[in-house]
Amino acid sequence: MSATFLGMPGNFPENSQKAVQDSQLRYNLRKATHTIRGKRADVVGELPDWAELRAAGKAIKDHTLRNLDRYLVQLERAVQDAGGTVHWARDAAEANRIVTGLVKATGEREVVKVKSMATQEIELNQALAAEGITAYETDLAELIVQLGDDFPSHILVPAIHRNRSEIREIFLEKMPETPAGLTDDPPALAEAARLHLRERFLRSKVAISGANFMVAETGTLVVLESEGNGRMCLTLPETLISVVGIEKLLPTWRDLEVFLQLLPRSSTGERMNPYTSMWTGAVEGQDFHLVLLDNGRTGVLADEVGRQALRCIRCSACLNVCPVYERAGGHAYGSVYPGPIGAILTPQLRGMGSELDASLPYASSLCGACYDVCPVAIDIPEVLVDLRAKAPHAAAEKAGMKVAGWILDDHRRLAAAQRLASKVRGLVPKKRLPGPMSAWTDTRDVPEIPEESFRDWWERNERA
Amino acid sequence: MSAREEILARIAKAVAGTEDVEIPRDYRTQAATGDLVELFAERVDDYRAVVHVLPAAEVPGWIKERLAGRRMIVPDGFDLDGHESWPDLHTADGVVTGCAVGVALTGTIVLDHGPGQGTRAQTLVPDYHLCVVRADQIVSSVPEAVARLDPARPLTWISGPSATSDIELNRVEGVHGPRTLEVIIST
Repeated sequence: MSATFLGMPGNFPENSQKAVQDSQLRYNLRKATHTIRGKRADVVGELPDWAELRAAGKAIKDHTLRNLDRYLVQLERAVQDAGGTVHWARDAAEANRIVTGLVKATGEREVVKVKSMATQEIELNQALAAEGITAYETDLAELIVQLGDDFPSHILVPAIHRNRSEIREIFLEKMPETPAGLTDDPPALAEAARLHLRERFLRSKVAISGANFMVAETGTLVVLESEGNGRMCLTLPETLISVVGIEKLLPTWRDLEVFLQLLPRSSTGERMNPYTSMWTGAVEGQDFHLVLLDNGRTGVLADEVGRQALRCIRCSACLNVCPVYERAGGHAYGSVYPGPIGAILTPQLRGMGSELDASLPYASSLCGACYDVCPVAIDIPEVLVDLRAKAPHAAAEKAGMKVAGWILDDHRRLAAAQRLASKVRGLVPKKRLPGPMSAWTDTRDVPEIPEESFRDWWERNERA
Repeated sequence: MSAREEILARIAKAVAGTEDVEIPRDYRTQAATGDLVELFAERVDDYRAVVHVLPAAEVPGWIKERLAGRRMIVPDGFDLDGHESWPDLHTADGVVTGCAVGVALTGTIVLDHGPGQGTRAQTLVPDYHLCVVRADQIVSSVPEAVARLDPARPLTWISGPSATSDIELNRVEGVHGPRTLEVIIST
């Protein structure tokens, strides 16, 4: 069972400081993020209408969010009309209760899972385990994380921090049927996972998934994937339970024409991912349950600046271009949502009550690369700055900002302060400021104070 | 209050007073006007699938030759005389199907699991999938494909053989789905 993120101690600066000491991790991350960056740029560059698709994607999501209540009711009816059952969950505990109850009702003790951010967010596997039900992750990267008793560190590729030889070691140790001669050749590793999971797919009676999209008009759910483990889980078991965040909605069938272009090119950097499954209600005799999850989303929706984070389609392009993520890695963010999108989503979903969550809005240099690549144009720097204003601040910092505000408010006060600073410049330490101000110089140099301010220099030269 | 009512009430409160937006649809709905068969073949080949372009009259004979001696599933509605369908999903060597739509720009085949396309499991469990795409089923773009498809049917979009990018973000073919995808474009 993989470990849990909730209640993780520490904060982002401390976590990332540890991460950057790990040269293997930095090498793995650099290699992987640069590979995917190049692939994405190539396939996005192929489409002359990328900007128009992006504008449409943004607007479709904004329109959906504006009318979310109406579209959810429409979706509910369409799923029910097609033979599915719809459940609503206010929070993680309620969603876990619903899913656990549904699995228990089948009499099964094992479920197979398709990679899903929503079920990781609510820590469903742990909730199932508490009731004696074992959840088996079937996505290759999720399997690596689960077998390694590890944390996911990327939205799309949760085991991005592991290289091939580390994966080989995990397989040899945790998959008993793996031959000792297993090499670290990626096709051999993929083959080992295929053999390990094949029988489980054929035997399992219950599967749990998320969804990339839900279509209100038709009641259709859509899952994009690469390996075929998704198709196995969605198709073979008798009971299918899908846990989906309420913001995953699209109003019309036609809207898929936009997102089926935006998502694959942004996430894996392919023209199209190998497999996409679409189903409407109960298909081919299956028992289908849809669990609609709020878990903080309606709170995010109420924030005029922050609500744009709900447009996210979890492509992870922002992680792959982020200079901070590339060096700190996903674990430093202490959440299933790492990287730039995590830095704005986690503090909004969980609040900023813990030291870790309050530190996330600062886990960025505000360079804006994330905004440039975002297929639904989420202005991540704008939300980060807004969250920084809302985050709790120390009393000394607040007092300092108040004084600075008072001085900057009046040019005469500023001129006087500059003259004073020039006079006492010999007394200001060169490296570290004392007391609470040391927090600022921990990661910055003290700027040199000039002998004379520009303001005074200008005055003197104008007169001359 | 039920969870449903509470969530709907929270949403109504959260968005009250927010202006709605118009959706601009200035993107292309048609992606190419040239030879769609050629583009489709090139793009399917890019995924390391095996592609053949054959005149329609030669297709049945070609398939029979290909299938000879193999335990192949031939689904109901697939027009092929004289080849018995292998009855067991788990011991079959492969499956031969038609499709609903082909997308040239992305090299994608879409199955709607209608006649001749088998069930979802039949095109998933066997390790080899031979798929026949008629030239008139190929459209240029994703928007054209979406418009042709019926959402009431289960749909499987296939772009190349099963693959993963989970090991160092490099594409490796062959995980859980068919490891060999062979496509015949019937012209």
